[in-house]
Amino acid sequence: MQRRIVADYQLLTAAAILSIFGIAMVYSAGQTDTPTIVRKLYRTQILWTFIGLGFAYAVSRSSVRFIEWMTVPLYAFSLFLLSLTLVIGTGAGTAASTKSWLAIGGVRLGQPSEIAKVTVVLMLAKLLSGKREPAKSLLDLWKPAIIVAIPWAIIMLQPDLGSGIVFIGIFFAMLFWSGVSWPLLLLIASPAISLILSFSVFMWGAWFFVLLALVLWYRPYLIEGIVLMVLNVATGVVAPMMWEKLAPYQQNRLKTFLDPSADMRGSGYHVIQSKVAIGSGGLLGKGYTEGTQKRLAFLPEQHTDFIFAVVGEELGFIGVTIALALFLWLFIRITKISERANDSFSSLVAFGLMGSWFVHVLVNVGMTLNLMPITGIPLPFFSYGGSFMMASWLAIGVLMRISGEGRGQAATLRR
Amino acid sequence: MSFHPNDVARRARWSSLALSIGFVLLTSAFFRTQVLQNEQFQLQSEENRLRPIPLPAPRGIIFDRNGEVIAENLPGYSVSITSANVDSLRTALVALTPTLQLTDDQINKAIRRYRRAPTRPTVILPDASIDVISVLEEHRLDYPRLIIQSVPKRYYPDGPTVASFVGYTSEISESELNLPQFAGYKPGQQIGKGGLEKSYEPKLHGREGVRFDEVDARGRPVRGGGPRPDLLPIGAPPMYTNIDMGLQRFMAGIFSDSLQGGAIAIDPKTGQVLAIYSAPAFDPNRFTGGIPADYYKELLTDERRPLVNKVIQGRYEPGSTFKLATAILGLKAGVVKIDERMPVSCGGGYQYGRRYFKCWEKRGHGSLSLRGAVKHSCDVYFYQLGLRVGLKNMIAGGIDMTFRERSGIDLPEENQSIWPYAIDYYNKRFGRNWSNAEVLNLSIGQGSNSQTVVNMAKFYTALATDGYAARPLLVRAPPERKQIYQLDAVQDAAMRESLEAVTSAGGTAGGSAIEGIKLAGKTGTSQNSAGADKDHGWFVGFAPSRDPQVVVAVFLEFGLHGSRAARIASKIISHYLKVAPVEIQLDEG
Repeated sequence: MQRRIVADYQLLTAAAILSIFGIAMVYSAGQTDTPTIVRKLYRTQILWTFIGLGFAYAVSRSSVRFIEWMTVPLYAFSLFLLSLTLVIGTGAGTAASTKSWLAIGGVRLGQPSEIAKVTVVLMLAKLLSGKREPAKSLLDLWKPAIIVAIPWAIIMLQPDLGSGIVFIGIFFAMLFWSGVSWPLLLLIASPAISLILSFSVFMWGAWFFVLLALVLWYRPYLIEGIVLMVLNVATGVVAPMMWEKLAPYQQNRLKTFLDPSADMRGSGYHVIQSKVAIGSGGLLGKGYTEGTQKRLAFLPEQHTDFIFAVVGEELGFIGVTIALALFLWLFIRITKISERANDSFSSLVAFGLMGSWFVHVLVNVGMTLNLMPITGIPLPFFSYGGSFMMASWLAIGVLMRISGEGRGQAATLRR
Repeated sequence: MSFHPNDVARRARWSSLALSIGFVLLTSAFFRTQVLQNEQFQLQSEENRLRPIPLPAPRGIIFDRNGEVIAENLPGYSVSITSANVDSLRTALVALTPTLQLTDDQINKAIRRYRRAPTRPTVILPDASIDVISVLEEHRLDYPRLIIQSVPKRYYPDGPTVASFVGYTSEISESELNLPQFAGYKPGQQIGKGGLEKSYEPKLHGREGVRFDEVDARGRPVRGGGPRPDLLPIGAPPMYTNIDMGLQRFMAGIFSDSLQGGAIAIDPKTGQVLAIYSAPAFDPNRFTGGIPADYYKELLTDERRPLVNKVIQGRYEPGSTFKLATAILGLKAGVVKIDERMPVSCGGGYQYGRRYFKCWEKRGHGSLSLRGAVKHSCDVYFYQLGLRVGLKNMIAGGIDMTFRERSGIDLPEENQSIWPYAIDYYNKRFGRNWSNAEVLNLSIGQGSNSQTVVNMAKFYTALATDGYAARPLLVRAPPERKQIYQLDAVQDAAMRESLEAVTSAGGTAGGSAIEGIKLAGKTGTSQNSAGADKDHGWFVGFAPSRDPQVVVAVFLEFGLHGSRAARIASKIISHYLKVAPVEIQLDEG
């Protein structure tokens, strides 16, 4: 039976408005008193958006089953591209020494990690949807863990801390959506929490007792419990040693996160100028293209990582609220799509994509206010960049398809 | 996965809730930063964007008593640069060196200025020539951070003529910046370094203005801002002095290049300094904005010591000009009367104990009254008078008559005159090996007695006004007079008459008479250890004797004795009183 797919206008509208808003901000980011290459980048960004729209249309015309069938080869291909970066990768922008870009003959083609973000979502969805029951123990999770760990490891070797965080976000979001219980999620996260708390002996000690109580209550397998506790001790105690192993710029970024005023002209400078830009915007902003922090080049990376600071400076609290509300609208709409998806694979894909974007927004926007560490993570639909824009629209295409095949739609559309 | 619609709906509710909470938290963080802390960040953003460019204020113009300009401001140019850090400053300075011909010293100075005040434009050349400016203007685009400013530059139209009192201006030094009186000053600012410019620095220094230029993150000016009207520089008000430039120029002309020494003319009733000159002089204009090294070296090595102000810094034995003080002390103590003769008449010397004290007149003066002794400056008479007064009273009386003080002239460089503080001074200095004969030396203005020219002039303002010494003042201010001795009318008249006699026929300065005017005064010789042929000459006096308008003190280094100084003084006085001096041959004093 031929099914006619109708567009999800809410999804499309939210994504389209965000894209137009984003392009407008990339244009404004180029309006500096001393003209730079950024001045004309908005044109390229429009081009990427249209290419992305093409992808979205093509994907929305195909079927979810086809996507599911393509999942394994796509995942393998993205891992291949990621591995290539370790051999021929180059850096860009503030992270010039890293290898996240794939380049041939000095021409940067794109960031394979953007593709991997999508393929990992697909791969996880395929695996998790194949099981009748959600994972109940840590041992049940080794497969999904491997799926995320391989690209994550390659990305951390580039190194690209920001994308690394996104993969962890995708992992947790999809486990949650697959029905894994809260206590188990907390147990999985416990080594990372130990790592963060290891800087204070007291905090870590307190956390360790909470964890002990959790283990006794949840009663995982004995071996799991032991492994968990050992892991927590390891990260809690080994962390200070690992700190020594971090590259100086990584150390700086983390230190800057903890105290940005310690190094005014170093990496803390970026955050301070970003905060000054946003704070000086006030309620209504300094006016579109009129932000002085941006115009006079006090704001770094104003068209990529710190583009949200331009929103804050020029459009004020009102503009920020509108932008964030658009994101919230988009994310709640996608959650709805996941809820109404026709099958568990589609549902997981939709929620995974949303989780990925949510982490991007949370970390990027939080970074401009110094609530999150500087990780060089882009803002979906806003930050200048071809790979991410095209991948995002590709994802919108997938979501359109899932939405169209969804239960709510199907009931009314089936003729 | 569990894909039952109820499970999925529950998870969707939870995730929607989590999303909403996340966004509310983010939004409230923005609300705090943008709305609650807006003012603070707006200020920071303005500070980022706007670079204050100081606008130097013109110094107050200095006028003489008749409105003639002593010190004014000419347009000059300064070159400064803004930089983000020391390294970029150093790079910029190295790049500018071929154009500006910078020396290592200038580069180091600029770096020190930057370290002191990194947010201010760093002055590279405080006083750049028009040639340098025109070259820089051509390369304006190569050095976007350079600031070429028109700045007022101090100028003294009369140059060396006013050097002895006006001082000069130059950049504030690092040690001065640490002083409390320069609390609000910034590196690169010009301040008064000597003379009036220094004493009246707070009055002459205007209020610096400021202009805000919009700069980008690299400190390059994007567009110049207009000065805010409330932040314009405010020039200091003009300052009026008591100097009579006509007399000042006349005085400078007399000394010309050949004579060394100094002179000062004071109105005895008010203490107003009419003219003050030290020879040889230097050109204060060449000091403005930094003394050229070669000129400074030339001045330092000149054996006539042009940098030492002979009127307020040089201290010399007052010699016979001091005898009036001895006479007053004797009269006050009642140990002598105006017409009293001393037991030993002058035969060219006086035997005291084992020592024979000579009178300057080898032939002797014979028996003299106090009047005659003043007129002829007889040493033998004053030796005996000094012995009658006694050393202790002599010292105490000298202190009372301010011989151990600064005159209080409003110039910062004045030295304190030297006079014993008590008999103990001799114990400390000579142990027990001194005799009462010291009083003989003190009584004729020798021994442990060195006076500045200005302090002697101040003493003579008291002689001219029956005991009231006036503080010499260059800048208009209420007179400060203090009675330093009191004699009765007969005694006062007698002192005046005997001083008149000095400059009339037969007196030691008989050649200094002035047509139609009675000049009262006293010559003196200041012994020079370098040899009798290098003795210095003094004259201090006032005129007209009965209604003194002016006190003049003249000191000539190597002038041998006071008669030549007296002739100069009489010329100065007659010029001031607009009468003609009469030249008469005279004898020694």
